[in-house]
Amino acid sequence: MTNERLLEIYRFLLLNRLFDERLQKLYRQGKVVGGLYASTGQEAISVGSALTLQPGDFIGPMIRNVGSLLVRGVDPKDVIRQYMARATSPTGGRDGNLHFGDITKGIIGPISMLGSQIPVLAGVALGMKLRGRPNVALVYTGDGGMSMGDFHEGMNFAAVMKAPLVVILENNGYAYSTPTTRQMTVSSLADRAPAYGLERITIDGNDVLQVYDTVGAAVAKARAGGGPSMIECMTFRMRGHAEHDDMAYVPKEELEQWRAKDPILRFECVLVERAVADAAECDRIKESIRHQLEADFDSVDTEPFPDGSSCLGGVYA
Amino acid sequence: MPEITYLEAIRQGIWEELDRDSNVVMLGEDIGGYGGAFRVSSGMIDHFGTGRIIETPICESGFTGAAIGLSFMGYRPIVEMQFIDFISCAFSMITNFAAKLRYRWGASVPIVVRGPSGAGVRGGPFHSQSVEMFFAHTPGLKIVVPATAADAKGLIKASIRDPDPVIYLEHKYLYRRIKENVPPGDWTVPIGKAAVRRTGRDLSVITYGAMVHVALEAAGLLEKEDISMEVLDLRTLLPLDRESILATVRHTNKVFVLHEDTRTCGIAGEIAAIINEEAFEDLDGPVLRVTAPDTPVPYSPPLEEFFLPKVSDVVAVARKLVAY
Ligand SMILES: Cc1ncc(C[n+]2csc(CCOP(=O)(O)OP(=O)(O)O)c2C)c(N)n1
Ligand SMILES: [Mg+2]
Repeated sequence: MTNERLLEIYRFLLLNRLFDERLQKLYRQGKVVGGLYASTGQEAISVGSALTLQPGDFIGPMIRNVGSLLVRGVDPKDVIRQYMARATSPTGGRDGNLHFGDITKGIIGPISMLGSQIPVLAGVALGMKLRGRPNVALVYTGDGGMSMGDFHEGMNFAAVMKAPLVVILENNGYAYSTPTTRQMTVSSLADRAPAYGLERITIDGNDVLQVYDTVGAAVAKARAGGGPSMIECMTFRMRGHAEHDDMAYVPKEELEQWRAKDPILRFECVLVERAVADAAECDRIKESIRHQLEADFDSVDTEPFPDGSSCLGGVYA
Repeated sequence: MPEITYLEAIRQGIWEELDRDSNVVMLGEDIGGYGGAFRVSSGMIDHFGTGRIIETPICESGFTGAAIGLSFMGYRPIVEMQFIDFISCAFSMITNFAAKLRYRWGASVPIVVRGPSGAGVRGGPFHSQSVEMFFAHTPGLKIVVPATAADAKGLIKASIRDPDPVIYLEHKYLYRRIKENVPPGDWTVPIGKAAVRRTGRDLSVITYGAMVHVALEAAGLLEKEDISMEVLDLRTLLPLDRESILATVRHTNKVFVLHEDTRTCGIAGEIAAIINEEAFEDLDGPVLRVTAPDTPVPYSPPLEEFFLPKVSDVVAVARKLVAY
């Protein structure tokens, strides 16, 4: 991997992390409308996986996959506009957070109902196959979302159709307050894979290069007509389910163990080891991203809320 | 009499029923140690144990189906939807399995499916819906919509004791916003009975849920203009209390219906049809509607404000009807 690519990965990891941190500040200022769902600690999965895609590929993010959107070219300001419910947001204020999409950019925004992205992205993938396009669809689910019937139906459909679908299973230990051990009896999410005739794959989701390589291989396989894959990425939800949640149910030691495996700190070590960047260079990159984000947040804050009456119309073509 | 919130009233009602009848169990996501997303089951798992408070994987269709199965084993399950919007994931279990059982082979399905419904808290299109009319068209179900803390308690208790499947729609906007004296002791509010919240002589508004409070506020303003508006709180949408609807028509001769749900095929249409069929001669004006527009519930504050029926909308329609 070239130094440029390594630095690109680093910049997206940082952008994801600092974007979340700035949103958390915005939330504390009371300027986020509704809830805020952080991806802190899980950035390597969004960034590493989305970077394997090519033009024409599609993604189906969940609410914590802001990193994937940023990698796929979404303007951070559009996400800020969504959280601030401004008229200028991709949904015109009709919906919030990452609940937006753009077919021209290959982004299928989620609905709240867990599991429902899987069948829809399976359909996107089948469409690519039927049209003879060399593209793939990448979709995400949490551990909890895998308990939904839609997960099974979509997964089985994709497998039977040999659709070019790559499914990222983010095992972050919890679904709201419920630990994965009470969500399912298998000890690994990947144990579900054989039920669909797929290979069991579990990786370290806090190692961005491992994510990049593993997802890259699955994407290449799907692109070559090899059908779907599912990849379990081990990680941890470092904040509450949403900002209102103090996650008193998460043992402190568990959190500390995972803090030591922080995906960004680990990647900084890689950069230093490979002499791609030193600590000072890392700080410089951080500062420049912070600076840009500050400008983006300030500028969105001057944008208007929608007019009430704009809630009408647009229900049909 | 102690003052309690609407939320606490639901919690107490469930608690008392769990206490009273060992066949009552509850199923749902994060309802154990966490006490549920809105803390309705706070403290319950410690008191009643994991055999009664059954924290489930995320599978609305699965745990609703399991509740139906538990009811065949003599249990009276309460199913919590973390937000009522997720009830759509259990649609077939409710409308096909639960609703049609008694009619087909006489079996009882005494389940209650409940959860936070309604808008006004910036929840956006998937955490704000009014789901009543998805189900009101299904014979075999009952649907209750408490507007006060006392009703919240009395109706949850009645729902749990009811031999048929009941959808209990608690309005999340009311959870901590209203506080009331709720009488102690073991009593229930009958399913299928509306309540006159305020008597009036010039016209009536028929409503339910959070809109009852909008109607009452409007009635207070109208009084200053010497317009006396009766407020009928339906409390149950299925079966509708036809007697109370017709009684208020006969009393004031001018009626409109107010609901937070969207307009087309909202319950207002059904009520207008009942009045048309059974009390046409008693009307001195058309049956009007104040409802949300036919759109999803939008997220941004100005949009949601615009979407929701307001006191000023109610006052305007009341004036128009009085002048008719
Ligand atoms: C069908 C459905 N039921 C319940 C919820 C409420 N809910 C939102 S997120 C969540 C937990 C999700 O856990 P997981 O899939 O592991 O994702 P994570 O939050 O860990 O990223 C729950 C229960 C929902 N969104 N959809
Ligand atoms: Mg999870």
